[in-house]
Amino acid sequence: MSRPARRRAGSFHAPIPEPSVTQLLQHLANTLVLGGTYALLGIGLTLIFGIMNVVNFTHGALYTFGAYAAYIASVALGLDFFLALPVAIVAGLLLGALIEFVLLRPLRGSDIDTTMLVMIGAGIILQSGTLWVFGGVAKSIPTPFPDAPLQIGPVSLSWVRVFVFAAALALIALTYAAINGTKLGRAMRAAFQDADTAALMGVNVGFIYTATFAIGSSLAAAAGALLGPVYVVFPQMGDLAAVKAFAIVILGGLGSITGATIGGFILALAEEFGAGYVSSGYRDAMGFLIIIAVLLVKPTGLFARAERIG
Amino acid sequence: MTTHPQDETPPILCVDHVAVRFGGLTAIADLHFDVRPGEILSLIGPNGAGKTTAFNVITGFLRPTSGQVRFKDVPLTGLQPHRITRLGLARTFQRTSVFPSDSVLDNVLIGLHREGGGRLLDAVFNLSRERAAERAARENAREILDLVGLAGRAHEMAGALSYGEQRLVGVALALATRPAMLLLDEPVSGMNASETQVFVQLLRAIRARGVTILLVEHDMPMVMEVSDRIVVLNYGRLIAEGPPDAIRADPAVIEAYLGKGAAKAAQQEAAHA
Amino acid sequence: MMRYLPLALLVVLALLPLGLSDPYLLNALIQTGIFTIGAMSLNLLLGYTGQLSLGHIAFFGIGAYVSALTALGFDVELLFGLRVVHEPWSPLAGFALAVVIAGATGYLVGRLSFRVRGAYFVIVTISFAEVVRLVALNWVELTQGPLALTGIPGMRLGFPGLGEMIFRTKVQNYYLVLGIAAVSFLVVARFTRSRFGRAMRGLKENEALALSVGVNATRTLTIAATASAAMAGAAGSLYAHYFRIVDPDVFLFSYTVTMVIMVVSGGKGTLAGPLVGGLIFGLLPVALRPVMAPEAQWIVYGAVLILILFVMPRGIVPKLEDLFAARRARPVAAQKPIEAEGRP
Repeated sequence: MSRPARRRAGSFHAPIPEPSVTQLLQHLANTLVLGGTYALLGIGLTLIFGIMNVVNFTHGALYTFGAYAAYIASVALGLDFFLALPVAIVAGLLLGALIEFVLLRPLRGSDIDTTMLVMIGAGIILQSGTLWVFGGVAKSIPTPFPDAPLQIGPVSLSWVRVFVFAAALALIALTYAAINGTKLGRAMRAAFQDADTAALMGVNVGFIYTATFAIGSSLAAAAGALLGPVYVVFPQMGDLAAVKAFAIVILGGLGSITGATIGGFILALAEEFGAGYVSSGYRDAMGFLIIIAVLLVKPTGLFARAERIG
Repeated sequence: MTTHPQDETPPILCVDHVAVRFGGLTAIADLHFDVRPGEILSLIGPNGAGKTTAFNVITGFLRPTSGQVRFKDVPLTGLQPHRITRLGLARTFQRTSVFPSDSVLDNVLIGLHREGGGRLLDAVFNLSRERAAERAARENAREILDLVGLAGRAHEMAGALSYGEQRLVGVALALATRPAMLLLDEPVSGMNASETQVFVQLLRAIRARGVTILLVEHDMPMVMEVSDRIVVLNYGRLIAEGPPDAIRADPAVIEAYLGKGAAKAAQQEAAHA
Repeated sequence: MMRYLPLALLVVLALLPLGLSDPYLLNALIQTGIFTIGAMSLNLLLGYTGQLSLGHIAFFGIGAYVSALTALGFDVELLFGLRVVHEPWSPLAGFALAVVIAGATGYLVGRLSFRVRGAYFVIVTISFAEVVRLVALNWVELTQGPLALTGIPGMRLGFPGLGEMIFRTKVQNYYLVLGIAAVSFLVVARFTRSRFGRAMRGLKENEALALSVGVNATRTLTIAATASAAMAGAAGSLYAHYFRIVDPDVFLFSYTVTMVIMVVSGGKGTLAGPLVGGLIFGLLPVALRPVMAPEAQWIVYGAVLILILFVMPRGIVPKLEDLFAARRARPVAAQKPIEAEGRP
């Protein structure tokens, strides 16, 4: 199997003449932008793990899928850029629901390894399918934003990035509101505590599982659709994203949504500063270093839910 | 016939003011009792009294919130379960007492995995030494299966045995670790009357080999028949302690099990009998 | 019946080159053999302890790089002006070092991740593989980065008094790989049937019960990870000295997935499983290559993986065993095992 060389994610340090404070502020600004999308990725993964006990190996492929959906919507279908994002999110939602319905529903009650392997198989199919249909050449998504960056004091940010950050924050807020404020969210939280008890209380656990997987998938697709215009879109872009999502989830504690949100920003911080001050070649190794540190210091993650009684 | 060990003999197991709380929930408030070497002690109490929690604390599966457990004067706090087993304190489980997809013989051989003491590289490269150790382990396993009465079932899949027989496999597994003390968690639940009688004989045979036994059990006739002493728990507290006859007549125990009115009735009945 | 399958397979594979001269097929067989050794090593962990190493290719790749660098020599500058110069050693030394160093990394990864059970081992291994790939890509002075280590010598075996044998031709390498595969099979067989293997099985089937009979979970799992990684390192060394070139792409996730598919389809936790799965999925590309593009092949692999998990979750070999057992047991079919009664 031949693969195109991976593109380095995030080779976007503008040549900044002043090091020190300016550089520091620039890195912090970059951290916020990157962290927002990382948090989206992490929340989607941790939601599925926490409620369904499924290690979702289609997460990276769904991230890729979201980026391609945005690409198709804006380039092939000629939709407005701002419309392409919701299209990608809905597409991710539907694909997630389909995956859950076809592959996970029949396996309810099987052990975590079986579902994990099935998800690996599904991830391979999705990724190879993307490669087959679109080829290995990277695509780019044009944006309506002006080329001149937004200048805030010494810090310069492209308008796309500002938009990505705002959109990511909005989606995170929406997810929190949905989980804490809606009937569906309450049922999800009940299933998260204990699926059997939730079922006894009249919660339709089957529906909750499908909804959870669909929502988690749509968050991954949203992250892909948001970062697609920032970088480029290619079939293997999800591999690295998946590894990072796993790091975020371990950092925050498997199953913790708050943990994943904060974990996303911590990973972004580590990557941004690791790449900026240590070596840009090892930017993507920061997630692993974080995992090691967490396993050594607090193996259950920073925000793990309390151990169950009994 | 029951023997009453002298009170002066130092206890083999000492549960020293143990408390276990999960968040706001108190599973054990304050538990304090000793087990003397060679005795059969039963821990009884209504459902939810904290018996299984006590078991899990003693065997290292749970950490006590306060207090301490000592086995042969060694504090067990912070020791991992396998360490405690290696000190000579073995246990069985209430529900899953077997390795289901292995034969009964292989189950006991897993229990005997520390026997022979072959080194890792011997296992792969030194055929003769490994074979000798293997033969010894198999002989050992046969002997244990004979003792618990499962010799005829050695080659059956453990998961396919009846519930009662799976309990016996659990006991065989625990015995394979050569314990000085054995903790049995409801070993006769799911057994019929004749199986229970056979099990009582087995308990006595195990005790005759010098193994101290701590029993958690619901089957009262069986407990009364086999125990030297009984400790009664309710709501995570010790409410009575003594030989079976004293426990049978203890109003606090009867009340715990049957409610207040029944305690009175039982007392009257006992007076008439 | 299945007990003799590996032996029969060995005989057939040993005789195969006598009637087979197609270098393409021979090459495919050698590659299959190398990855089957990797699959056997993965099975030691996944099949016998239930721990899935999804970065297994890291140990394989470390073996490949260590072996290649030992045979090629290197000259690198470390921190504080410290310079390390290594003169080329024999490929055999490279093989031995590959086994030792891959095993040592397996030990470290196991030590770290078995502090917690569950999905952690999977995630730690997968991101470990990613980091090792980054090192291979970025430490250009040592690894040549994306330019790859080239000109790696073929394996050499010295026989005292008889001179040296250099594995140059495909047939020679074929027998080398077959020999190492046979040895690996025996090591796995003996290891899993030893008391360590029993402890591993106990942990997989019922961890709490295993602990209660004195199994040291962390130690047992770490030993399994070490042995498994060492064996993957051996396969990596064979890879380096056969293909004579190693680049950072040996760490690709898809290679790990290939090994996982081999183990799961053949039957995890069985000795013959990885052999059967390895042969099928090692040679399937040969059959599929004329009819479809590599991407389409991968779609087929993914679908087959899912299909096997749905249809025969324990794999091909256990399924066959069941079939044989059912045929043999038919006369005494009345003697059904007693069903567990009233299990909670």
